[in-house]
Amino acid sequence: MSDAPAHLEAEHTGLAHQFEDLEQQQESDFLGIWLFLVTEIMFFGGLFAAYAIYRWLYFAAFEGGSHILDIRLGAANTVVLLGSSLTMALSVRSAQTGNRRALVYFLIATMILGGVFLGVKAYEYNQKFVEHIVPGLDWAPEGEVLAHLAPGGLQHAQLYFFFYFAMTGLHAIHMVIGMGLLLWLVIRGRKGAFTPHYFAPVEVVGLYWHFVDIVWIFLFPLLYLIGGRY
Amino acid sequence: MSTATLEPRVHAPRNYLNADYGWKSWLFTLDHKRIALLYLVSITFFFIIGGSFAVLMRIQLVDPQGAIVQPETYNKLFTLHGVVMIFFFLIPSIPAVLGNFLVPLMVGARDLAFPKLNLLSWYIYIVGGLFTLYSAIAGGVDTGWTFYTPYSSTYSNTQVTAVAIGVFITGFSSILTGLNFIVTIHKMRAPGLTWFRMPLFLWATYATSIIMVLGTPVLAITIFLLALEHLFHVGIFSPALGGDPLLFQHLFWFYSHPAVYIMILPAMGVVSEIIACFARKRIFGYKIVAFSSVAIAVLGFLVWGHHMFVTGQSVYAGIIFSLLSFLVAIPSAIKVFNWTATLYKGSISFDAPMLYAMGFIGLFTMGGLTGLFLASLATDVHLNGTYFVVAHFHYIMVGGAVMGYLGGIHFWWPKISGRKYPNGWAALAAAIIFIGFNLTFFPQFVLGYLGMPRRYAFYPAEFQVLNVMSSAGATVLGVGYLIPLIYLFWSMRYGPIAEPNPWGATGLEWKTPSPPPTENFTEIPVVTEEAYAYAEEEAGHE
Repeated sequence: MSDAPAHLEAEHTGLAHQFEDLEQQQESDFLGIWLFLVTEIMFFGGLFAAYAIYRWLYFAAFEGGSHILDIRLGAANTVVLLGSSLTMALSVRSAQTGNRRALVYFLIATMILGGVFLGVKAYEYNQKFVEHIVPGLDWAPEGEVLAHLAPGGLQHAQLYFFFYFAMTGLHAIHMVIGMGLLLWLVIRGRKGAFTPHYFAPVEVVGLYWHFVDIVWIFLFPLLYLIGGRY
Repeated sequence: MSTATLEPRVHAPRNYLNADYGWKSWLFTLDHKRIALLYLVSITFFFIIGGSFAVLMRIQLVDPQGAIVQPETYNKLFTLHGVVMIFFFLIPSIPAVLGNFLVPLMVGARDLAFPKLNLLSWYIYIVGGLFTLYSAIAGGVDTGWTFYTPYSSTYSNTQVTAVAIGVFITGFSSILTGLNFIVTIHKMRAPGLTWFRMPLFLWATYATSIIMVLGTPVLAITIFLLALEHLFHVGIFSPALGGDPLLFQHLFWFYSHPAVYIMILPAMGVVSEIIACFARKRIFGYKIVAFSSVAIAVLGFLVWGHHMFVTGQSVYAGIIFSLLSFLVAIPSAIKVFNWTATLYKGSISFDAPMLYAMGFIGLFTMGGLTGLFLASLATDVHLNGTYFVVAHFHYIMVGGAVMGYLGGIHFWWPKISGRKYPNGWAALAAAIIFIGFNLTFFPQFVLGYLGMPRRYAFYPAEFQVLNVMSSAGATVLGVGYLIPLIYLFWSMRYGPIAEPNPWGATGLEWKTPSPPPTENFTEIPVVTEEAYAYAEEEAGHE
């Protein structure tokens, strides 16, 4: 490994014992998170593959199910999440430039936007219970909802809503974990743990947050925008 | 737990074993060597559990009518044997024990890149193991280790959810271990240790880690869907409700076929180290052997459909999967030929690790060649679902992976424990295991060819002789496994003290004291030579 610049040696902040210098540690952290994101892609990939097969088999049911969802809420949440990616990117930037105040503010802004997303999601989930379209737990669609779902077959519509809950649920769990990580960054960031030479944790959490965003960018069209609704 | 007996001698120099005492120093350790020992103790525990299920199965099959248990219980025995042995013994065996211990030592680093993640992965493994043990105690599970739907999701009323949670959780332990190894090998190699100077064990571990990182998440999501289906019956794998049970098989084997290579690749890495050391020669065709590990990892992802030739899979998919399966034989054969070529004109000594390595080559070759019968579409129709399959994968997993694991344990035991074991006993155990193994599983090839189906609690009377042979062999095999357990324990207190490099082997792990200090190396080593530079010591003999 190359010798660390003198200022890194002197500072010695956050260098774990197994590494020779901060540069090696930072490279390892970044490779580690990218590998982790690869595993996440494979994890969601299995689910997306299953979704693709059933959507192809039962397109009418998936189209009908999609039309039950409130596209405005989905679109609003997309905007909220994209905004949170911006504030996350600004947090990383603030950590790199050593602006501790901005770092904490942007992290908190990211958390607020994440919270808004989860709030909207919770409202949407609640709607599904109200409309009795929760597969396995409360599946008894009626009235207008039934009229939407019946043409594609109720059984197959239930599969659509299973994927809806499984995919957005897994995504929401990732959001909650991300919120926990952000809180941890806020606590450490307030104490001044991150410097222009040691900001890998912020960048690592940032990459994770962007990944979770990207998953939603795929989920929104796949779940909300099936078929010609307009 | 064996932690108490690991306390070393009083006047020893400071090393990772005597650096600290007490249960906290073990359960909260971040030292990769101590975590390796935590894994060693836990996987030995699960090996004994999984082995006991096998013992009961072999007793049952002595009598054509079934000697001791009802068919329902027998179904649970083979299921739990498979689940425990695959997910809780074989997959973590060499990576989590020897890999954990050796990867940082071999790359010349002070620890893995992420020590906390490493400890976390052990705890994840234990939590997954507890779920599985709970499922065994709370009534067992009878689906077979493959959890085929819709039986597992709709019809089985056994502990499917608990065991699914156990397997799901343990998968993350495997993912984190693989991730840790890849980052460590990429970023923490000592100065001068280029990729093509790395020991082949590192190449094998690297290839294995790729599979762990890419494959295991797919198993996780599959098992997750299975658990949801079992709980809520929404129909994702249930044909009655519009679901496709073959989708489960595709997703399951997408991981579980590569998982075979998670088990065998590290053993191949171990064998490369042992063969080079005890033939005193550089591995013949080092680069090809290194690349063949990666080739097996990549090709391994493209062959899963050969488990599904007799399902509803399309004929054309079957043809392609058959062809691709044959391709995996090429890098596997390259390894066998190159090990053999390494032996040629080597100065060979038959210490215990070498006996295991030789056993590995023979048994793996048998297992690999019989795999080709199963990769051929026509013969597979006859052999699928018979004992031929059981014999084939036990030749790979027990004859291959477990032999490799035991060979590795014997090779690095002086480094791990700082003590030597009695070589005579070790050689005897290796011989008993080899004989017992063949006596157990060779008759099963014949049984399968004659048409005896697997997973039945009883069988036609004309198969009894071969079944009794197999059960007798299992007894011999059991004795063979018991002997190392005894003398390795014994050696921890009474064995002669091991010098840093008892085998005269190359490799950075032998350049530090036995057992190594907590920080591995007092000074980070600089590598100036190729791996396996045995020829230089004995120049002139070549």
